[in-house]
Amino acid sequence: MKQKQLVDPPYEKKGDIIVQNMPRRRFFTQAAGLASIAALAAACDKDDNNNNMSSGVDLGSGDFGILNYAYALEQLEAAFYTQVVATPYSGMNAAETSFMTDIRNHEIAHREFLKAALGSKAIQALEVDFSKINFTSRDSVLGTAKAFEDLGVTAYDGAGYLLKDANYLLLAGKIVSVEARHAALIRELISANTFLGDQVDSNSVNLSRTPDEVLTIAGAYIKTKINASNLPKG
Amino acid sequence: MNIITILEDIEKVDGEVYERLNPRRKAMQQFFRFGSKAALAAIPLGLGAMLNKAYGQTVPAGVINVLQYALTLEHFEYRFYERGATLAPIPAGADKTAIEMIRDSEKKHVDFLKTVITGAGATPVAEKATYDFTAGGTFPTVFTSYATFLAVAQVLEDTGVRAYKGRAGELLGQKVFLTAALGIHAVEARHAAKIRYMRRVSGQAATIKPYITGGNDTGIAAVNGNYGGATPESTVNQAGVIITNLPGVGGNISVDSATEAFDEPLTAAEVLALVAPFGVS
Repeated sequence: MKQKQLVDPPYEKKGDIIVQNMPRRRFFTQAAGLASIAALAAACDKDDNNNNMSSGVDLGSGDFGILNYAYALEQLEAAFYTQVVATPYSGMNAAETSFMTDIRNHEIAHREFLKAALGSKAIQALEVDFSKINFTSRDSVLGTAKAFEDLGVTAYDGAGYLLKDANYLLLAGKIVSVEARHAALIRELISANTFLGDQVDSNSVNLSRTPDEVLTIAGAYIKTKINASNLPKG
Repeated sequence: MNIITILEDIEKVDGEVYERLNPRRKAMQQFFRFGSKAALAAIPLGLGAMLNKAYGQTVPAGVINVLQYALTLEHFEYRFYERGATLAPIPAGADKTAIEMIRDSEKKHVDFLKTVITGAGATPVAEKATYDFTAGGTFPTVFTSYATFLAVAQVLEDTGVRAYKGRAGELLGQKVFLTAALGIHAVEARHAAKIRYMRRVSGQAATIKPYITGGNDTGIAAVNGNYGGATPESTVNQAGVIITNLPGVGGNISVDSATEAFDEPLTAAEVLALVAPFGVS
């Protein structure tokens, strides 16, 4: 069984990403249906979350820094959906398999595009940590997918104004609306008519987050230390 | 109009609104937020002038222009759903609720943009007295067939996403206005995905996906232009990078994935030509 193989060697190369596999104990004790938002919030308190320290992989400065920030998030998403498709949760139906495969392919396209666009400026492949996700549980997987997609939308929306080159802003815009489409789809798979949910303010404008806010949340799933200290400040 | 609401709305996009209005901002904030209704009623109608003075010299004309363009489209979108929710044969239950949610969302965009434009010292463009929701007879059953209604809704949402995207560059570096526009842009994309998903689940378009596959994937040739343009949805070239030459799973990234993964912009001229048959200008 694939899952069993994943447990023994601590790491397995998955495309560009080195996936750290969930410890066995954790895997079995993880309660099904844990809302990922709660997991994300809890993770924020952990002291292994040090993305804002000045050590670690440097995202760089200026527009390339913001693009590397996007590249880091796309690496995380691509690795997540790669795992989701490789080890489908119990009861994944044909439509869901099709959607998960599509989204995986989109996130890979985003990742590979950003890598190509960044060229020599691109950061390294990041090591992810999915030990908090129960990939056999629909609730755990879709809850995490929702959290990642919503996070991605707030990340692109919140970083747009930091870009100096309109061409890069346009590229970010091309990606963020697809992330928003993903977010709406995942939310509808979980519960009908939650396509907006708690992601909009009283003006029905999508929320946004600063890079620091985003990396604090995403950091719970990224083992590699990320240094965002040289990113443009607002 | 509710003064408290206006100022609170402006504060959401401009945290310094009270400071702009009056350096003794704390006192003013307290006054507007906690003042009695009687006290508020006594305020002279000089609010517009105050806002003009606070913003008039700081918001570039180009920004106002983009906001007015957005409001022009939001007026139309809101009215489409407002009329549709009343007239179209939308099944009661979750579908009806979804359309009402989107209607209310568009209404909030209208109100928000009006507030922001007013706050920026300009007069918001007015809603048209009438629209032609059949687009000159292209969609004669828009409010009598649920399938037509949803199909037109999809086209309008996809086009709305493209419209915002096409003008984001004019808001470059504008923290408040760009972030707000991107936030509306994302919500339009959420609407688009939801409408597409409704079409799929209802069986009206059983294979359509929440994202745009290939190009015009609506099944309606009349809307080719909404998915075309100078940068068509079918492009696989992103800033010189050919996405289909990049590695995917089991080979290079497919054309379907490459087109789904990136939404494309429309220029203002393209959008205005597309919505002109609906009576939008």
